Amino acid sequence: MVTKETFDTKLSPHWCPGCGDYGAWRATKMALASLGLEPHQVLIVSGIGNAGKMPHWVRTYGFHGLHGRPLPVAQGAKLANHELTVLVVGGDGDGYGEGMSHFIHACRRNSDMTYMILNNGVYALTTGQVSPTSEKGFVSKSTPEGSPETPINPLVLAIAAGATFVARGYTGKTEHLAKLIVEGVRHRGFAFLDVFQPCVVFNKVNTYKWYNERVYTLGKEYDPTDRARAFQKAYEWGDRIPLGVIYREEGKPTMEDETPQIAKGPLVRQPLKGIDIKPLMEQLL
Amino acid sequence: MTAGYIFSKVCARGGLNVFTATEYPSLIRGGHNIYHVRVEERELTSPIVLVDLLVALNKETIDLHKGELTHGGAIVYDEGTKLGEGEVRPDVLLYPIPLQKYAREIGEANVMMNSVALGASVALVDYDFDLLARVMRETFGGKKGEEIADANTKAARAGYDYIREHFKPTFGHRLRRVEALRRMLINGNEAMAIAAIRAGCKFFTAYPMTPISSLLQYMAANGRAYNIVVKQPEDEISVINTAAGASFAGARSMVATSGGGFSLMVEALGMIGGAEVPLVILEGQRPGPSTGMPTWTEQGDLKFVLSASQGEFPRVVIAPGDPAECFHTTMDAFNIADKYQLPVILVSDKYLAESARTMVPFDERGVGIERGAIATEDVLAATKDYRRYRPTDSGVSLRSLPGQRGGEHVATGEEHDEYGNLEEDAENRRRQMDKRMRKLEYVARELPEPKVYGAGDSDITIVGWGSTKGPILEAMRYLEADGIRARFLHLVYLSPFPAAKVAQVLDSSRASFMVENNKTAQMAGVIREYTGRKVQHNILKYDGRPFYPHEIYDAVRRTIHGH
Ligand SMILES: Cc1ncc(C[n+]2csc(CCOP(=O)(O)OP(=O)(O)O)c2C)c(N)n1
Repeated sequence: MVTKETFDTKLSPHWCPGCGDYGAWRATKMALASLGLEPHQVLIVSGIGNAGKMPHWVRTYGFHGLHGRPLPVAQGAKLANHELTVLVVGGDGDGYGEGMSHFIHACRRNSDMTYMILNNGVYALTTGQVSPTSEKGFVSKSTPEGSPETPINPLVLAIAAGATFVARGYTGKTEHLAKLIVEGVRHRGFAFLDVFQPCVVFNKVNTYKWYNERVYTLGKEYDPTDRARAFQKAYEWGDRIPLGVIYREEGKPTMEDETPQIAKGPLVRQPLKGIDIKPLMEQLL
Repeated sequence: MTAGYIFSKVCARGGLNVFTATEYPSLIRGGHNIYHVRVEERELTSPIVLVDLLVALNKETIDLHKGELTHGGAIVYDEGTKLGEGEVRPDVLLYPIPLQKYAREIGEANVMMNSVALGASVALVDYDFDLLARVMRETFGGKKGEEIADANTKAARAGYDYIREHFKPTFGHRLRRVEALRRMLINGNEAMAIAAIRAGCKFFTAYPMTPISSLLQYMAANGRAYNIVVKQPEDEISVINTAAGASFAGARSMVATSGGGFSLMVEALGMIGGAEVPLVILEGQRPGPSTGMPTWTEQGDLKFVLSASQGEFPRVVIAPGDPAECFHTTMDAFNIADKYQLPVILVSDKYLAESARTMVPFDERGVGIERGAIATEDVLAATKDYRRYRPTDSGVSLRSLPGQRGGEHVATGEEHDEYGNLEEDAENRRRQMDKRMRKLEYVARELPEPKVYGAGDSDITIVGWGSTKGPILEAMRYLEADGIRARFLHLVYLSPFPAAKVAQVLDSSRASFMVENNKTAQMAGVIREYTGRKVQHNILKYDGRPFYPHEIYDAVRRTIHGH
């Protein structure tokens, strides 16, 4: 039987005490266990940053690549072996800064994977610079007079770009986050989770207290399949901030569905011996 | 451009050897386009500048190229184009024909003019019209193409008949069909694509860029038939990272780009070096810096490719010299990448990638697929303590693929221990670095040595790498006719560098010449670095054009004879 402990590694994470990343880590293991997946069936791809270290501490296959580039790696791996359950993890700097264009394109391709951004509104690994999700006026080491820029809204972007599952979680609500991950993995298509992840060292604005005072979980009465309402919900910010599935669209073909070369089975299992190139050479005669 | 291709194909079908070279500016349509077709009965390895028959669809073409015409050469042009007194040399034969008039009568004037001129050309060289008609049918063919093919054949016939009826057969160049082996008309891109398909490349990504766009298109066109996933991602960063993911998951993968795109790939190149992911990367050079001259040729990226990306990691760099070498080295590249779990960079250039020439079909004997140390679940089950990055004698460690039970690990370009865990310990760093770099010692042992062509015992040595092979070989024939016996050292496998062989050849040379399509003699620098030897003379060309044999011949002869 697979349990949460099945995914433990010999080493333990070395994030700072109190870091929101621990919540995401626990939620990930809980989700994988409740999905009944075995470690070898799962691939976690990550970028560079504190969040990007996740694969080292969840016993599955992992690929810890470059800052901002986990999504391309994940899409390649998924096309090569679509039987894998693919999770992608990165920070807000990784995904919304360096890797923004990959994010938009992954949404529109609807690749069947779950992308989780641990959004702490700051660059933590590099010890405290402004991020694309830092609030206007955010004072950081690289914006000592406060950030002059408007933060991006990842949920709105994802819906607009064609993601078919868009949700928001909070590492302070681990079980809720685990459920969102489960739903994301079960969803056929690109599932995107923006996850509030307090950084206890470098973000003194968006603290646990700040989030706890504002977040609420969407209830049954909210219908995430209505795109127009989803946009509205995604814009909700201020005193009340929604958590849960903001948008969901079923039935849209995935990138893998649209790739007939893998309809009969994973690419990696196709035989390589005896490929006949005579017809290609004939064409040139 | 199509007309030049058809003429080449017609010649190839008749058993003749063809070497084509295209020149076009970086414009979608229009501008001055050239399709140079060289035809002979003997094997050809290079383009030349001279022109026997100039087909000029406008006056500009005559102005630009009349100086290249040989004695007794000819110009086919529209009768409406007026040539002033003495504008062309008196020995040049003029064939004004109603190109526009016929074209307009038959169909879309601009396109049809090509076909009228084609027919006229075939008549002038006294060649087989039926062969032309057949190739036209194939080229335009298909269901929808039927009408187009008919119209074009009609236009060609009109041009053919016009020459026959209005001119005496004074043009001195005749082509005749010869019995010969069937030959492909093939360029470097096609040769590499066919090799990749044969090698079992299952995943191919590229972002369009001259000169590799036609390779992307070739792979895309054949992706369904050969079950290859071919994708055009959002940029070259995604191109290489996507392919890295596919390769990590176990699919043989390849990417193609030119210098600009390669610049974007550089960070990921190091990542796959550190994470030990196999990947074949084609860098088709064109003149830089920046977008430089997008549709022209150069060998300016050598040092960049040899050292691109921060830090140190093993890589293999291969620069084939002609389509046959493109085929065989691409096959090799996949095997080396897999066996040594590292990036293999193939280097070509616009000239090699896009110049079609006749070649006999590739010999597939001895061409195999070696995937190296990839685990099976049984092996993993029997391995108690699987370590993805376990140091071995050869530096190569057993590679498990995602999905295999018992092989779980993290692949990463960040420094790691034997398991793939992040580790910054000094001793571990040395061990992992040594392990990775050790692979090169083993690669070096299996790479073919540079070949020496021509008079092996001569003490006059011409050194070249990659695509300059053809022009150098032809220049050697001119030199020999002049009584200069030279040998040619051709470098194809560039990294790890074949220092011993190069040193040995240079040490036994009285005079040595480095031929490179760049400004700063980059290979001469590399040779110096690895052998301590200096190549005496540099023959360099960096105007965006490939070498013509006479340029090499002239430079060598001048030095040897002192005039
Ligand atoms: C190309 C590149 N640029 C910059 C860096 C340095 N860097 C590492 S992590 C990081 C940002 C970290 O922020 P985030 O992605 O939000 O992750 P966090 O550490 O906050 O979890 C940066 C700028 C890098 N590794 N690579």
